[in-house]
Amino acid sequence: MYYLWVFLIGGFICMLGQVLIIYTNITSARILVTFVIIGVLLQAFGIFDPISEFARAGINVPIIGFGASLAKGAISGVQSKGLLGAFTGGLEATAGGIVAAIFFAFVFSLIFKSKTKS
Amino acid sequence: MDKMMEEKKRNEAYAKYVQAKIPKTKAWPSLFNSFLVGGIICCIGQGINDLILLWFPNMAEQSAWAYTLIVLIFIASFLTGIGVYDKIGKFAGGGSIVPITGFSNSITSPALEFKHEGVIYGICVKMFTIAGPVIVVGVVASFLVGVVYLFI
Repeated sequence: MYYLWVFLIGGFICMLGQVLIIYTNITSARILVTFVIIGVLLQAFGIFDPISEFARAGINVPIIGFGASLAKGAISGVQSKGLLGAFTGGLEATAGGIVAAIFFAFVFSLIFKSKTKS
Repeated sequence: MDKMMEEKKRNEAYAKYVQAKIPKTKAWPSLFNSFLVGGIICCIGQGINDLILLWFPNMAEQSAWAYTLIVLIFIASFLTGIGVYDKIGKFAGGGSIVPITGFSNSITSPALEFKHEGVIYGICVKMFTIAGPVIVVGVVASFLVGVVYLFI
């Protein structure tokens, strides 16, 4: 049953991205940046976790979740290591996704040929 | 004077021509498509997460999410490589950009496109044209949040 919530909330967030595209003509880089900032802010004000409780993948899969775990890492880093945690926490928490994205992009761009150029 | 008038007229005509040529995204269908595809991608993510927790019941929730995102990133990167993700993107618009799969696509796509400029200057440099700003802004913002939490 919670898949319905996942679908509705995830779909709604993605639709907000489309609204931005239609009414402001912004590029995909700006959309991603905007949503990452939203995620950081939601986490900073402690709103993310209550939403995540029932939205699950609906808010963790959109790039908002990436921003939120950056902020979450920085916050818990500060709480356990002090100032050093602010430097190390954010990327520590998101390292898995960043490394995966870079590694797979590198491998697949070596293997495959660009479809737009041919 | 005449020449200027003529030029102005020509520019206006050209601007009109360009306006007519710009592909119009019809608002309502594209909103629906982005909702549909975005929702489906999130449901796939939830499915992967549930499967991981089913197979490894002792895994911490946070690790399960990390694996889920890694799997989604892998799928999106692969689909970008074989040229399928771009087709989804044409249909879905924001629905394919906002999920983490869009982040993965934004790294693989330019890497693939500029492959012909070499491994270092093509793949490695161009990889970050879109992901670079995202990571920079995210890191800066989360660092600031961490510093604020240091004082409260």
